[in-house]
Parts: sequence; structure tokens; C-alpha cells
Amino acid sequence: MKPRLAQKIAFAFLLLATLLVVLPVLVILLIIVAKGASAISWDFLFSMPRDGMTAGGIFPAILGTLYLVIGAIIFAVPLGVLAAVYLVEYSSDNWLSRLVKLSIVNLAGVPSVVYGLFGLGIFVTFFRFGASILSGSLTLGIMILPVIITSSREALESVPRHFRTVSLSLGASRWQTIRHSVLPHALPGILTGMILGLGRAAGETAPILFTVAAFYLPRLPQSVFDQTMALPYHLYVISTQVPGIAENVRYGTALVLLSLVLLLNLAAILIRSRFRRKKKW
Amino acid sequence: MVDPAAKFSIRDLHVHYGQFSALRDLNLDIRANEIFTIIGPANSGKTTFLHSLNRLIDLVPVSRCRGEIRLDGIDIRRGLEIEALRRKVGIVFALPLPLPISIFENVVYGLRMQGIRDPQRLNEAVERSLRESYLWEEVKDRLRTPAMNLSGGQQQRLCMARILAGQPDVLLFDEPTSGLDPISTAKIEETLLILKEKYTIVLVTNNVAQAARVGDRTAFFLMGDMIEVSDTGKMFTTPADNRTSDYITGKFG
Amino acid sequence: MKPMRVRKLKEWLIEKSILLSGIFSVVFVLLIFLFLLREGLSLFRGESVIDFIFGKSWYPISDPPRFGILPLILGSLLVTLGAAAISVPIGIAAALYIAEIAPLRLREGLKAGIELLASIPSVVIGFIGMITLGPWIKNFFNIPTGLTALTGSVTLAFMAMPTIVSIAEDAITAVPRQYREAAIAMGATKWQTTWRIVARAARPGMLAAVMLGIGRVIGETMAVMMVTGNAAIIPKSFLQPVRTLTATIAAEMGESVQGGPHYAALFAIGIVLFVITFLINGVADLYLHRSRR
Repeated sequence: MKPRLAQKIAFAFLLLATLLVVLPVLVILLIIVAKGASAISWDFLFSMPRDGMTAGGIFPAILGTLYLVIGAIIFAVPLGVLAAVYLVEYSSDNWLSRLVKLSIVNLAGVPSVVYGLFGLGIFVTFFRFGASILSGSLTLGIMILPVIITSSREALESVPRHFRTVSLSLGASRWQTIRHSVLPHALPGILTGMILGLGRAAGETAPILFTVAAFYLPRLPQSVFDQTMALPYHLYVISTQVPGIAENVRYGTALVLLSLVLLLNLAAILIRSRFRRKKKW
Repeated sequence: MVDPAAKFSIRDLHVHYGQFSALRDLNLDIRANEIFTIIGPANSGKTTFLHSLNRLIDLVPVSRCRGEIRLDGIDIRRGLEIEALRRKVGIVFALPLPLPISIFENVVYGLRMQGIRDPQRLNEAVERSLRESYLWEEVKDRLRTPAMNLSGGQQQRLCMARILAGQPDVLLFDEPTSGLDPISTAKIEETLLILKEKYTIVLVTNNVAQAARVGDRTAFFLMGDMIEVSDTGKMFTTPADNRTSDYITGKFG
Repeated sequence: MKPMRVRKLKEWLIEKSILLSGIFSVVFVLLIFLFLLREGLSLFRGESVIDFIFGKSWYPISDPPRFGILPLILGSLLVTLGAAAISVPIGIAAALYIAEIAPLRLREGLKAGIELLASIPSVVIGFIGMITLGPWIKNFFNIPTGLTALTGSVTLAFMAMPTIVSIAEDAITAVPRQYREAAIAMGATKWQTTWRIVARAARPGMLAAVMLGIGRVIGETMAVMMVTGNAAIIPKSFLQPVRTLTATIAAEMGESVQGGPHYAALFAIGIVLFVITFLINGVADLYLHRSRR
């Protein structure tokens, strides 16, 4: 077969494969929007559920997800950014830094349900926080730590080396250099990572299964020691365990969750590309 | 034996990068208020030497230094805090390296790091140091605009003002005009001649003619050894070593 | 102007916290393993490790309970292999297209699209798989239920593909330009260059991509729970319901008594999962380092 012809066929296959990967996003989006949009209303988003979850709104699930996600970020961002600062600015290529990097890779690969077990074992049981927003947030926080660390690392590494050299040569200390000449220029990248972490935490079900989530709670949570409803868990239960829920309500719940996550990720992608184009150096 | 008039006295300096020996057995005095130029081909240890004077070499993890360097008689490793040393010994690099902030903020960066915040002091320091580097007239109306918008020659003079703001004792220049056009180069050389009245200047240059133009004394470095050092006039007319004359006349380089 | 000593002390504290933060990741990995052991090891007082891993019966609520996880291991294996069979060729092909052939502006859009696919929560993908793919497979193959290993494989393939594509794409773009230029200079077509030279050079990175994708599939919980039918028996074909290790934990934890043998058995499954993904990620990371060098 002539090489040119072989190339045409091969390229067609590759394009097909790419479409197979990318189009499902659009298809999934279209299906969910088409079937779920009719359920979306002010009432659906902002009022409490009624009649054993078959009517009313999903406000407590939305609020619960918000609480959990904010709690996770509060825990993960300071710890994660400082850990990234350690890796990029302070560590040398020794056994300790390699161990830290290996640990981060492993944390990233731990299955989400194992995080749930861990949260159950340490926060719910050992620290006796019980199934609570506190347990859930901490568990989610540890889960998104690798995301925060990795994106913060990239952001810090993208700051040109010579900023540090110049700052140090002017008599600044190591921390002053990081604080004034490195971190400010890495902030957009760190922000991107934070938003990606938010999106990840919002969509996860398994880590919150044993640590916080409940399906039917009569009131909104009053403190961090209360349980809460959450969107991903809510979707799981109404699609697998509760009969009699209208189809568009199921799709509507999926739509709310999907929109939240996709919007967050889209925001992160946009910030990242604007940052890359607008760099002043 | 420490020469009391010496600004820097360097004794038995050896510098290694891992296994690689970058500088060997260096003994040298740099006198106050002179322009001391260093010439030599690439990889001769000129930049290594410069970076040893303000301990910028510490930033290279595999570097090892042996020997003693004294500034005004004080050991720079044991007798002086590293940040204080770097304020006394400022450096201008081969490429203009402004920070991506305003002209004003660039100049006061070192002062802010010391904790100086009084606006009057900062303004005074900015005007003084920009005048000393002959940049004031060109930028006085746009101090708060980004430094990256300046031309190459202006940026390099900004880098000079940046170190002058902290009122250092010694100015180190690492091939400061290698990336600049002849007019900017001439401006900077003129400035150096004026600055030497207040400061001690160590200038590394790959431009032999530049050394002849501005240096009071000149040292020739070759592959990690200092071959000879003498008054510039004498080195260029009657160098003691054959290798020096070969380099100066362009037989290699 | 702050006195020097106060500032020095503050900086020392900050730098120590930074060091501590770095070490925290190591601490967390150890803690996870520790707590899994803490709750899971008690199972092995009454049962041997061999019986646990190779036992063919998983009847946690019978009397006496049987805790053999072989059906679950096989369930995970089946679904994972099926997902890999689908996602690896398609994922690598897509990575090659995006890295080598797609025009520049399209490339950014495609990469963004793949990132968005990767961000879809697994419960949403499980939901869609359950509602659309399940019934379709049931009708197409004329079988009693559409929730089978095959359904699981197809659904999970969509979750593995973004991982495989993005990491493989990184590895392919990292291949130095000179390789391509040399091949073109010798008269090769773009396809020949891409397939014979670039893909070969990027092999360690592509292998790592595949391993990380598989790691993602093995660790998946919600999507798999919603589409594979949850029958904890040894599977004989792809068209049967199966149960994976992950789904077992998620589905049964609510029914178990804290501190009891069922509870411990679920944690023991957690230990198995942790070790498996630890190994896969460790090896993948090794390959990634080899490809970067």
C-alpha cells in the first residue's frame, strides 16, 4: 500500500478515536440538559424536600455540598501550598524529597472508597467526630491534597529562576524572596489548582458515604458536628434506591451537580489560559 | 598578610562544582575605589569568582568553597550575615533582569526587604540612585510604570540603581554590556568611571578592549587559574605571561 | 522597622512549618495504611489470609459468614480488563492525533474537552450508564439484566480514557523535535514518523499513562456500583452481573456492625485495594521518570 494512502487511513482512524473520546462529553451533557432542564426551578434549587424526597427542592443537598467543599479547601489549600513551596523552594534532590513526591503520587492514586474507609477509621471513630461535616471535610481535604500540591508546584516552577536570584542578591532572605518575588507570580496557578480541587471535592461520593452523608435530614445542619445531605450522594440514592421519583427530577439533580462541577473546571481552564497568555515575563 | 588598604582580600580560594574544579588557589587583593577588571575566555572561573564575593555561589547546591575571603577584614562566611553581605556587595548580571514590577518598586526592593517603609526615605533613595546611574531624567515621570517596558540599556541602568539604593560598598558587574548596543555600552562605561569615586568596582568582561578602557588593574583568568594581575596599562603593553599576551592579541579566546 | 531578631524568629517558624507541610504527605500515606490495618487486621484472627484472598464465597451476612474475596477480585479484574481493552487503543490513538496531527487551535480545544470529561463526577457517569447503556445492552444481547460486567467496562472506559489521553499526550509532545525532523529529512511520511519513531520514543510515558488509567478504573466505586449489577459470584462471562472490590465496600458498609467481622472484612478489602493501587502507581511513576530522562 502506498505510504500516502496508509497515512490517510491511519489519520482517519486516529481522528475517529479522538471523537470517540471527546463527543461523549457533549452527548452526556445534552442528554442531561434535555431531560433535566424541566425540573430546574427556583423552588427546586432553593427549597427543602417534601413528601419523603419525592417533591420539593434539593436545597439542603446543594448547601451541604457547599459546606463540605469549603471545609475541604480550608484544610487542603494552606497545607498543600506550603508543601509545594517545600518541594520547589526548599528541598534538594535527596531521599526525603523523593519520598515526599512518591507519597503525593500515591495519595493521588488511592481509591476514593479507601479514603472513605480512612475517614471512617480516623475521624469518625478514632477522633470521635462522628459522621459530621467535620469528618467529611477533612476526608475530602486529604483527598484533594495531591491536586492542590501538583498545581501549586507547577505554578511555582513556572516562575523564572532569576527572580529568586535577583531577590537574594539584593539582600532578601529565602522566605522574603518566596513571599515577595515568587508566590505573587504563582497565584493564578495556585488559584487554578484550588478551583480544580473544589470541583473534584464537589463531585465525590465514596469519601462522604461513611463520614457525613445522609439522605433525609429534617433540618439544615447547625454545626460542623452535624451530618448533612450532599448532591452526589443524593443523586446516587434517588437513582438507585428510591422508587417513585419523577425522571426529570433525577436528571435535574444530575444537571445541578454536573453544572456545578463543569463550571468550576471551565473557570479553572480559562484562568489558566489567560494567565499563560498574559504573563509579564 | 592582609593589606590594610584592601577592600577584599582573598586567600587560597578553591571552588568546586561537584568534581569539577572551577577555581584554584586564588590569592588576590582588591583595593578600595578601584575598578578591578577580570578578563579571560569562557569557563575560566570569572563568574564563579564574582559569585563567591557575595556568596551567590551558595545557591548552587553542588558548590564547595575552600579558603578565605575578607571584606574590610571581616570573614564573609563567619563574620557577617549573608543578607548584610549581599547588601554591601551588590551585583549586576549579564542580562538586564528587572523584576516584573514598577521602576520604583524595583529600586526600593532591597530597602523594603530591610524593613524600611518610610515613604520619604524611599523617595529620596529612588531619586538618588536613579541619578547616580544616569537614569533619573529618562524615567522620573513614569516611576510607577512597569520596568519591563524600558529598553535593554535602561533596564541595565535600573539594575545598577537597584543596588545603589542600598548604599553598598562594592559593585560587582558580570559582563554587564555584553547584550547591549555600543551607545548603551559607552553610557555604562562612563557611569562606571564616575561611580568608582564612591564605590569599589569589580568588573568581569569578555571584551578585552573594555578592560583596557575602564580598568585600573586587570586580572587574567584561564581555566580556573589566575595567570597574572597587574595595572591595566602594564598588562596590555608588557604582559608577564605568554598566555596573557596570546589572549589579549586574540590568538585564542 | 521590626527588630531583626523578631523577624528572624518568625522566618524560622515559617520555614519549619513549610518543612512540616512537606512531610505531611508522607504522614498521610502512612496514616491511611495504619488505620486500614487497625480496623482490618482483626479479621485475620479468625481467618487466614489465603482463605480471604482465594476464598470463592462471599456471604458476609450468612451464619456463619464467609469472607472469600475471589469473586470480587475476579469481578474487578473482568471489568478492568474490559475497560482497558476499550480505552487503551482508543486513548493512545486519540493522544497521537492530538499531539501530532491536530492543528494547534483545535488541540487546545480538544485538551480542554478531555479535561472536562475527566472532571465529570463518577456518580453522574454511573447514572447515565445505568439509565441509557444498561437497557440498551439488555435489549441488544437479549439478557435478563443490562447491569453486567460489559456495561461496567464500557462505562469505566470513558473514565479511564481522559487519564490515558492526557498523560500519553504529554509523553508524546515531550519527544524531542529532532527525532521527527530526522525522519522527515529521510523521506518518511508524517504517519510513518509518528508511528515508527515518535510513538516508540514515547513508549515509557505511554505505558505509564495506561497504568494510571487502569489504576483509576480499579479504584472506581460509584459508577461501577451503579452499572455492574452487584452480584458477588464468580463471573463466567461478560454478560453477567458482577461485584467489584470497591463496590462491595461502598454497598455493604452501611449494613455492617462496627467492630464486627463484616466491618473488619470490608476494611481488609480496603487494604487489598490500597496495596494494588500503591503498586500500580509506583510502577507507573517509575516509567514516567524513565521517559522524562
